[in-house]
Order: sequence, then C-alpha cells, then structure tokens
Amino acid sequence: MSTTVQLPRWIDVGALPLLNLLLALVVSGLVVLAIGENPAEVVEILLYGAFGYEEAWGYTLYYTTNFIFTGLAFAVAFHCGLFNIGAEGQAYVGGLGVTLAALYLDFLPFPIMLVVGMLAAMIFGAAWAYIPAYLQARRGSHIVITTIMFNFIASSLMVYLLVNVLRPEGSMTPESEQIAENLRLPFIHDIAGALGIEMASSPLNLSFVYAILASVMVWLFIWHTRWGYAIRTVGANAVAATYAGIEPGRFIIIAMMISGALASFMALNEIMGVQHRLLIDFTAGYGFVGIAVALMGRNHPFGIFLAALLFGMLYQGGAELSFEIPTISNDMVVVIQGLVILFTGAMEHMFRPRVTKMYTAWRLRRDAQEAV
Amino acid sequence: MHQMHGTGETGAVQPAIELRGIDKRFGAVHANKEIDLKVDKGTIHGIVGENGAGKSTLMSILYGFYQADAGTIHVDGKLCDIKGSEDAIAAGIGMVHQHFMLVETFSVLENVILGVEGGAVLRDGVDRAREELHRLEREYSLDIDPDAIVGDLSVGLQQRVEILKALFRGAEILILDEPTGVLTPQEADHLFRILETLKEQGKTVVLITHKLREIMAATDNVSVMRQGAMVAHRKTADTSPEELSELMVGRKVLLRLEKEQAQPKDTVLKVENLCVENAQGVRKVKNASFDIRAGEIVGIAGVSGNGQSELLEALGGIRAASEGVVELNGQDVTPGKGVDAAELRRRGVAHVPEDRHRMAMVTAFSAKEAAILGYEDDPAYQKGVFLDWHAISDATAKMMSEFDVRPDNPDLKAANFSGGNQQKLVLAREIMRDPELLLVGQPTRGVDIGAIEFIHKRIVAMRDAGKAVLLVSVELDEIMSLADRILVMCDGAIIGEVAASDANERVLGLMMAGVDPSEAKAVEGQS
Repeated sequence: MSTTVQLPRWIDVGALPLLNLLLALVVSGLVVLAIGENPAEVVEILLYGAFGYEEAWGYTLYYTTNFIFTGLAFAVAFHCGLFNIGAEGQAYVGGLGVTLAALYLDFLPFPIMLVVGMLAAMIFGAAWAYIPAYLQARRGSHIVITTIMFNFIASSLMVYLLVNVLRPEGSMTPESEQIAENLRLPFIHDIAGALGIEMASSPLNLSFVYAILASVMVWLFIWHTRWGYAIRTVGANAVAATYAGIEPGRFIIIAMMISGALASFMALNEIMGVQHRLLIDFTAGYGFVGIAVALMGRNHPFGIFLAALLFGMLYQGGAELSFEIPTISNDMVVVIQGLVILFTGAMEHMFRPRVTKMYTAWRLRRDAQEAV
Repeated sequence: MHQMHGTGETGAVQPAIELRGIDKRFGAVHANKEIDLKVDKGTIHGIVGENGAGKSTLMSILYGFYQADAGTIHVDGKLCDIKGSEDAIAAGIGMVHQHFMLVETFSVLENVILGVEGGAVLRDGVDRAREELHRLEREYSLDIDPDAIVGDLSVGLQQRVEILKALFRGAEILILDEPTGVLTPQEADHLFRILETLKEQGKTVVLITHKLREIMAATDNVSVMRQGAMVAHRKTADTSPEELSELMVGRKVLLRLEKEQAQPKDTVLKVENLCVENAQGVRKVKNASFDIRAGEIVGIAGVSGNGQSELLEALGGIRAASEGVVELNGQDVTPGKGVDAAELRRRGVAHVPEDRHRMAMVTAFSAKEAAILGYEDDPAYQKGVFLDWHAISDATAKMMSEFDVRPDNPDLKAANFSGGNQQKLVLAREIMRDPELLLVGQPTRGVDIGAIEFIHKRIVAMRDAGKAVLLVSVELDEIMSLADRILVMCDGAIIGEVAASDANERVLGLMMAGVDPSEAKAVEGQS
C-alpha cells in the first residue's frame, strides 16, 4: 500500500513530459543568454524555421519520419523488456538491403519494387537484430551490450562493403551507385503536383505515409493481438509468461526482429526516398535519438508521433537557427537537442514524485470537501 | 511479574507502548481509524485481524515506515515522534519482518552489525559485536554460530538472526510480523519459547498474526482489528478462538470445513519417480511417486522450501523433469519433453501457482488482461487476428461476479486490487475453465478469513464435481481440512502418506521435520 494516488493519464502522459520539455527549454535559454543572444529571438527563429513556411514543414516532417521509425523500433523491444540500443546498426544494415534490392532487382516494375524494397529492408534489419536477440534469449548475453557491439560491427561492415564492393569503379567516394529513377519513393511535392496542388519542394516523401501506417500497425499489434499480449507479458513479468505457457525466449526474438524491421524502415526514407544511394553513416544518430523519442512518447505510437515531431522540429528549426544567427553554431543546436533528450528522456521521472505528491494532496483535499 | 502488569489499566506502571488516536488514510482507503492500543511492559501482546485489517499499517507507523495523519505514540510514557526506523530503534523498538531483511552471503555476525558497524575499521566493531552477541545468546538461549553464513541456515535460524539483530540494537520492544508463516510447528513452538524467555527478561513482545492457535498459545493479551479499527482488547485467558474469529470477521465463521466423504474414481494424474532440479542444478524433488484420482483432493504438506514449489511447477509444465514420468489420463505429459504449460492447459490442467505476484499475474496489467493469462489463445477471445477485448471484458466481469472480486471493474490495474481479490481473480480464471486437474498452491495466502471459507468451498466443489485436485499449502490447518489424502514432503522426497482422517498436527509436524512416518506415529503414541 502506498501513500499516493495514481496519477490520471493526462498528467502522466501530458503534463509531465511538457513540464520536462519546458525545463529543457528554460535551461537552453540560459545557455543562449550566456553566449549573449536573446532567447526569445532564438525561440522565434527555431519555431519559424520548423513551421513558418511550406518548405520548412516538409523538412520537419522528413526528419519526423526517421524518428517515428526508430522510436517505434525502440518501443516494441521495450514492451518486451528489452533495451534495444541497436536501431542505428539495424537501420544501417536495412539500408544495405534496400540498396542491394534496388541495384540488383531493378528490372521489377515500380509498385512491386516498393514492396520488395520494403521487404529487403525489413529482412536485413530483422536479421541484424536476430543475432543479439538469439544471444539474449538462448545464451543470456545482455541485449544492451550486444546491440551496442552490433552497431560497431555494422558500421565497420558497411565501410568495408562501400569501399570495396559497392563503390562503382572509378568513383572516389565511398557510396553505392545511384538507384534507378523508377525505384525511388515519390516526393510528396511531386505527388501533390500530379494532383494539381502546388507545393514547395522538400525531401518529404511517401515514407512519411509508411510511418503513419507503421504507427497504427504497431498500436494494433501491441495492444490488440495475441503476440503483442505475449510480448507485453514477457516484458512485464517473464516468470508469469512461463507460467502462462508463453516462452520468453521465443518472444524476445520476435520482438527484436520486429524492432529491427521497424528501424530498417528509416532506410526507406533516407535511401529510397532522399539520398537514392547508400552512403557512409546515413543513419546519422537517428537510431539513438529514437530511444529518447520512445521514452518521451511513453512507448505509445501516438506519444512517439508527438515526440518525433518535436525532434523533427528541433532538427529543422535548429538548422535554420545556426544559419540565421552565426554565433549559434551547429554545436549549439546539438546542445539544445541534448538538453531536451536529457530532461525528457534521461530525467523523465525527475518531477514525478513531487507532482504525485501535489496531486495526492489536492485529491485528498477535494475528497474531504466532497465528504462534507 | 508480567502477570501483575497484565491486569494493567489501574496499575501505576507505564505501558511499554501506548498509541492514542492513530489515524491513517491512503487516498480513499481508511487504513487505521483512531486506533488506541496499550501494550503492557513485559508481556506478549497479540494483534490479530484479517489481511487488510490494518495491522501491518499500524506496526509500520510504530516503526516509522509511515507517518500517522493524526494521533500520538508514547513509549514508556514518553511522547515519541517517530519519523523513520532510526527513531524507532532509538526508542528501543525492534522489528522482525515477515520477509527477512538479511544479506544471505554474509555471516550471522556481519548481518547483526549491518548498519551499526561502529567506525570505519570493521575489526573493532566486529570484536565488540562478537562479545555482545555471546552475551545475548546466553541470556536468551538463542544458540547460533556467529560465523555461519546466513544463506546456509534454516529459516528458523534465520529468524533467530533477525531477533538477535533487533536485540543487538538495544530493542526493549520487539515486533514480530507473521513470524511463523515459514516455520514448522516445532520451529514455531521453539520461537514461542524464545519469546517467553524474552518476556521473562523484561522485554515486551508484540506478535502480529492471523493464526488464532498461536495467539492462544503464546500471548498474554490480545487486540483484534477489523477494517482498520481496533474492535476489542482481551486477556488471552478470558477469550476463545471462536470469539476472536467472530470479532475479526464480524460474524460467525466455520473454522472447520464440512464436506462429504470423497468418492474417488479413475486415476487422472500418475507421477512416477519424478525428479526435478532447480536453476542451479540442485535436485529439489527426489523420486516422487504418487497418483491423484478424479474426485479427490490430495494435499502436500511440508515446510516451505522442501521441494513442493518445484513439484508444483513441474506438474504445471513450467519446470522440466530431470527424471521420471508424468501421465495425465494415461498420456505421457512429462514436463520438458515437448509438453509445456500451454499444452497442459489445453489438456485440462489448471494451475494456481503459489506466488501470485511473481507468477500468477502481471500486476502492471489491467484485470481483464490478467484474466486471460495462459488462455489468450482461447478462440472465444479472438476476433480474426485481433483479441476481442469486448468478449474478454465480459468474461472478466463474469469471473468477478462469480468469485466476488471487488471492485468489479475489469479495467482497473491488477496491482490496485487487494491481495485477496487478486487471488480470487486468479482462482476464477483457473477454476471457471472447469479443468480435469486443478493444481493449486497456497490458495489462501494473504486472503481474508471470509474469503478463505469461500475459496475452500469452491475447491471442494471441484472435487465433488469429479475433478482431481492437488493442493500444496504450508498451512497445516488448510491441508487437514481440505485434503482427503495427505502426502508429506521433506527435503524433496515424499516421506509418507496419511489419510486425512488419521492426520493430526503433531504427526504431520514430525514427518515434515523428516521423521519416518512409522516412528512419527510411535513418538505420537508415547506422548
């Protein structure tokens, strides 16, 4: 028995993250002040840069797409009690899958290619996640350690492949060949153009729609299917899972492979959507930020969408910021992003005890009044 | 001397503890309602009540885990503001918790000085502690080897270490929370002798329990709590178990279940030479052989930790057998050989595990999610590829009404139900499947007396409907009142079988301690 009342949902998933976010922005503001700039102006440029005009929206949502995929990837594993640090590597290897499919199966027509590209990414990403998952499930190697290691392995492997195998002859850059035009994901502005709507050009492409669909699928999967139920049981109480006849090892592997597949979708956005070729470090840390996105979004697809939008805004608005105010370098933007991750992700529970206490006191007083 | 104080109220001597108007709320739950309590110096004072009556809350307030919303605590007549366990220790109050707070890899001595090492260099403190410990052992006849590793000691001895810990910290008042739950009857008797010695040396003992037999055997005075309120104070000599149970529940209770003679039919479960090892590879079940027939309840008695848990888990398909064969209705279902918990469920084996929190449910889930654990594959719960939450919600509501689970809200988080209601939900989930074989461990642990009666009736009803039941319990009363045949386990082996009609506590107790059944009966014959 505890002295506290359970927090209502709106505080738990609404007010608390907002409070953390606010604190992150206040501290960021102090840092901005310290280097002699006006925080109000910075916020204004940040917001304008992210949402102020059509093209900005496109960029913000393009970044958001990556964060949705990596956030969902982390969340699915987390529901199974696994801390998957390896989205970065899984997305990287997933990118290899897309590229290989695009380069060697380029005879396929466009709609089939979309599906094949997606499957290739999924298979490669899931396979890369399978090995740490197997080691965790059957050999007890800790998933955090193995997935970190697999990020490094993926990184080295891709450098080797790009330099020695995939680099076209005569090219000096470690990149694959461009994938054929009919195998690229259409940009949203092109789709809109075809429908007769004028839109500013941006990297936002069809994979954003994938991301929304994936969010819905993950929600249905986790809360409305037997496997989702089994995964949550394993995550919440592995002993109870065994008792129920749910073999934890099996669902650890399943959850991790789904996680890896979701992470690999990031490669759809980057490679089929924007870069149109495989290049070094195209994952650019999105896999790691996905952890913060998922934690901030309470591992729920809707929360993840909001958190991903926030980080998309910080990425796009931050880029604008370093462009507009020269004293605010790109590193400064990274500091602000870091503070947001710190306060919303790592220090997620900082205010919880106090808010719980305040809410409890308020409830008790109200109950007492009602009793009178 | 203590008897003189026992008469109490008009005496000039200060009570050791006096609580005045202690009041405590947890949100909407009124856990303690203006509790007044006087515990006379040099007495053993029992506090009884159902689970959830507020006994533990009251003691937690006394020991500083919680702060009362209102009311005062007086120790030896002095007003005490107890904000934490340090304050309680300083006031001379010691507590022996239900779950021991010991470091298993440390020696007895190291455990005793934990937190009061006395200085940065361990050695001086250790030497002083060793002397002090010897004195305490002599004074209270608490024989124990100070250098033994606590993890190697029996549960009874570990409890003694807990008592020593409290005495070492200068406790004058000792609170014991359900101290006999893990002991054999003989060990419990030994504990009561120790408490008697403590009393003779002038210490005050507060004994919290729900076992009326212990209250009658060990205490001088007894206070009864019901639904957060103190409802009666009695001198033990002037009361009876019947009166106390009536006070606890607020109505008359059947202490002994009335049931028809069993009508056993065909063998349902046949266990032959079953051996089970734990995760460390230690053999916990040794060559167990027995069978259970339809229409009978077979009870397994034993001190907890003697292999019953592993046996139950193996039969439930959770733990693999290292040797032996298990047959269900003539078919091989030896655990670990391609048969898991899910397969056993499909074949009509329901399992209520011993440990509700660790195994029977996921406390983070809602009640309806907890209510399908193990049966999530049931076609009735599916709609296409999805789970049919409407059907599940309805099924849960049905379980709740049939087993009187309160509150009857399928969406409430499982953790927010009281222990007894969680247990009723688990029992509902398993029993309402109408299984061929019901495996049930500690069915009434942490459950109110009123609910115990209900649960016992449901288990007997299963038997009368021609089902086979295997009951594992550390409560001898429960085994004796429910089972038709009693198997006694000691150190992993089934050392004997007693028909329920021939069973009594002494014989079972001796067998539980490893005495051969024929000898046990002979000993019983002499005494």
